[in-house]
Parts: sequence; C-alpha cells; structure tokens
Amino acid sequence: MSLSINNQSNIVVENLNVFYNQRHALKNINITIPSNKLTAIIGPSGCGKTTFLKCFNRLIENNDNINVTGNFLVNGQNIYQPNIEITEIRKKMGLLSQRPYPLPMSIYDNITYGPKIHGEKNKEKLDHIVEFYLKEANLWEEVKDRLHSPANNLSIGQQQRLCLARGLAVEPEFILGDEPTSALDPISSKHIEQKFLELKNKYTIVLVTHSLRQAKKIADYVIFMYLGEIIEHGSVEEVLLNPKNQLTKDYVNGEIN
Amino acid sequence: MKFKAKFIEERIFKILMITSTSIILLSLGAILGSILYKGLPSLSWEMISQTPKGGFYLGKSGGILNAILGSFYIAFGATAIALLVSLPVALYINIYRKKFSKYSNLVRLCLDVLWGVPSIVYGALGFSVMLYIGLKTSLLAGIIIVGILIIPVMIRAMDEVIKTIPKGLVEASLALGSTKTETAFKIVVKQALPGIITAILLSFGRAIGDAASVMYTTGFTDNIPKSLLSQAATLPLAIMNLVSSPIVEVQNKAYASALILTFIILFLSIISRLLSIKYTKNKSH
Repeated sequence: MSLSINNQSNIVVENLNVFYNQRHALKNINITIPSNKLTAIIGPSGCGKTTFLKCFNRLIENNDNINVTGNFLVNGQNIYQPNIEITEIRKKMGLLSQRPYPLPMSIYDNITYGPKIHGEKNKEKLDHIVEFYLKEANLWEEVKDRLHSPANNLSIGQQQRLCLARGLAVEPEFILGDEPTSALDPISSKHIEQKFLELKNKYTIVLVTHSLRQAKKIADYVIFMYLGEIIEHGSVEEVLLNPKNQLTKDYVNGEIN
Repeated sequence: MKFKAKFIEERIFKILMITSTSIILLSLGAILGSILYKGLPSLSWEMISQTPKGGFYLGKSGGILNAILGSFYIAFGATAIALLVSLPVALYINIYRKKFSKYSNLVRLCLDVLWGVPSIVYGALGFSVMLYIGLKTSLLAGIIIVGILIIPVMIRAMDEVIKTIPKGLVEASLALGSTKTETAFKIVVKQALPGIITAILLSFGRAIGDAASVMYTTGFTDNIPKSLLSQAATLPLAIMNLVSSPIVEVQNKAYASALILTFIILFLSIISRLLSIKYTKNKSH
C-alpha cells in the first residue's frame, strides 16, 4: 500500500483574520507552513493557537458568530472560497484532538469509517487498511484479537493512537494535532511523540502544544503566538533558543502564562 | 452559632425532601392500590380477549379487546408518524444548525409551547379540520392528531440527549471528511440511541394514555377497526365510558381496564430501561 506522499503539500496563510462574537481572535496572520516538517504552535492559553488550528480544516465554522477573512491557501487553493468542497479539505487534514473521541462503534469500524464514507467497499481492502494503519499507529499488536469490540473499552492512550490510525486511514496530506498528548500519561505521550517524529517524513504536521519541552524535542519549526498575533516564527534554534522578541523571551523563560 | 445555623438548614431541607418524596410515593401507591383493589377482581381473560357483547355496559359479558387494539393501533401509528418528523428536527437543530443558535432556541421555545397545549385543543383543532376536509371520525384521523400531539414531546426528549453529545465527537467525524448528514445518522444517532429509544417509548406512553385528543377524532365503537377509515375505541375512552356507569360491576370493569392500561405503560417503561442499558455499552464516554 502506498501512502500519499506529496512534496507539493503546502499551506500559505495570507492576512487571516478571525472575528469571534465581534472579538478579534486572530489578527493578520501571515505564515507559510513548511512542507514535510513538524511545525509547533506555542503560546499561552487563550492566545488563539487552537482557533488558528481549527482554521486549517474549517472546523472553526462550527462555532456561532464566526467571521473569517483573508486567504488560506492549501496547495495554492483558497479553502475559504464558497465553491470549495469542504469534505475534500477535511479529508486532506488528519485531526488529533486534545482528548481522544473514539466513534461509538468497534475498533475495526472506527478505522474503516473514513475509507467507507469516501467510497471504499472492498472487504479485503478494508481489512488490509485496518491492519496497515493500526500497525502504523503502533496499536496492532495490542488490539488484533479484539478488533470487533467497542473502541471505548481501550485505555485513553490506546484510544489516542486509534484516533491517529483512524485519521491516517483517510490518507491525509497534513496532520493537525491540538495538544494531542495533554490528556495522556507520560508513556502514551512518548508513543505519540515518537510517532510524530516518524510521520513527519511523509506528512506536513502542525502541532499545537503548550509544552516547550515537547516543541524542543520534536519540532522543526516554531510559531509563537500571543493575543491572536504571530509574534515570532522560525526554526527551533531561532525561536526557542535565541528569541529576538521580548515577549518570546519572556514566554520561553516561563514568565508569561 | 454559624455551625448551628448550618445544621438546622440541613435538617430542614432533609425533612422537606423526605416529605415531598413520600407524597409522590404515597400518591403512586394510592393510585396503584385503588386500581388493583377494585380492578383485579374484575380482571379476567374475557376482559382482554373479547369485544363488548350485548349488555356489556349493563354488567353483562364481554371485554375491551376493541379498546386495547384501538389504542395500540393509534399509539403505534402516531409514534411512527412522530418519529419520521422528530428525528430529523432534533438532528437539524443540533447538528445542521448550531446547537445553541437563536434559531435552535426559538424552535425549542415553540416546541415547549406546543407541549403545553392541552390535548383537548388538539382534538378540537383536528375535529374542525376534519369537518373542513370531510374526513369522518376514524383511526386515521386519530393517528394523525395523536401523532401531532406527541411530536413536541418526542423532539424535546431527543433534543435533550443529542444536546449532551460532546462537540469533540461531532468534530472528529467531520474532520474525517464526512458530511453533516453522515455524521448525524451514523455517529450522532448511534451515540444517542439509548436516549432516542427512551424518547420514542415516552411518546408512545403519552399517545396510548391520552383521552381528549381521540374523543372527537377517533370516536368510539364496540367493534375492532377493520380499516384506517373505520372508527376505533381507545382504552382511556373505554375507562371513561365504564366508570360513568351507575352499575358497580361496570365501574369495576373500568378499574380493570385502567389496570390493563397501567400495565402496558409500566411494561414499556421497563423495556425502555432495559434497551437503554443494552445500548449504552457501545457508547463513547
């Protein structure tokens, strides 16, 4: 089975503004997300990092009174154009949320849910997909004997890996992580971090995190946000080790939170 | 001092709670006790297996099979109609529209008003519409009116459950590239299934127990209805007819009928509990 490896996968954000109940939640965001790298978005709580991440797959529109302006170009195409097929955008973006939300069905059905809605009917192929992606998420060995039992019987760490496998099974180009390790125990977190390091060769990954340790450990590129603005962005060395901006310095030294 | 005031406060509320719980339990006991005491001696196989024979209303032989069947026909039909309307509405205001948007809250307000409208008003409305279009009192008219009567009950009961589904679960499904329709029917319905079943059975209970809405629309007959356009008897109206008789044996048959109706509703509640437990197992969180 081949993974969709696409070196052209790129995201360019131009003048993105988000208003949320008249509050200016994201201000003039301009950024190019590097392809096949792991980009970490850091910043104190309420700085807009999750709001920004939700713009990537337009889940932001599920909130009341939202207004998004500017260009959000994915592979050169503005995903906020009215004639865009929203499910196609979301299929390209695998999402790993703060807490795992297994679908109310078996482990097997959790993985096949995505491929099935996108038209895959062949039973053999679906079996193959389940095995391949559970292996990809390092979960196969633990669940191969109980694929048809309810997914919520798994531990929370296993559930998060299941959610990763489920996301990969629709063959996305990008992986979005919204603090995906914050609800997990240290060992499960390590599993996920390790997995991200392997996956960044194949996918462009954007990870929201409030753990500087995690950003230092696995990120290639760092975006620091504060009060809805991007303050500084660059490589880990530039932003985390030698910050130029005073706010970034304060945050990295633990003086703002 | 302060400690003592808190202590007295706790005592007062404890006594209040025990009193109100006892009042509810005692009324339940009194109702069940009186229908059991008066109805059980008159309850016989004949009561549930036969239609009224000549002189039934004067204390002669026969049963209320006509009313039992009529009530079931109406309750099943009305529940089916209500389900077809209610599930899409409950999903629409929670998944397609934003859960707490002005629109959704307006729909909820309207449904609550409809819920509060007395059923005799539905009956009267149904009757005037029937006069206008020339439909006679019939099973069909009863099914439609009772269906309309229970729609607000069913939608609000489903809504309360669907509302509690975590946003993250809906987003997880959308993030995989599924449409809102796929998310609504494949994920939300599955997750809310125990609550949906409870909503259906609750509405069924309301449908089978309502007297006023069927009085003008379904009529009453001693025969078992043969088609949707024939008149039908219902249990609540049968009870009303029997209990207003001056003859004691006939009155006791009213209590026996009430007992049957109560058992049907009790049975439904137990089934709904069991189904809820069964389907909760597959639920996420």
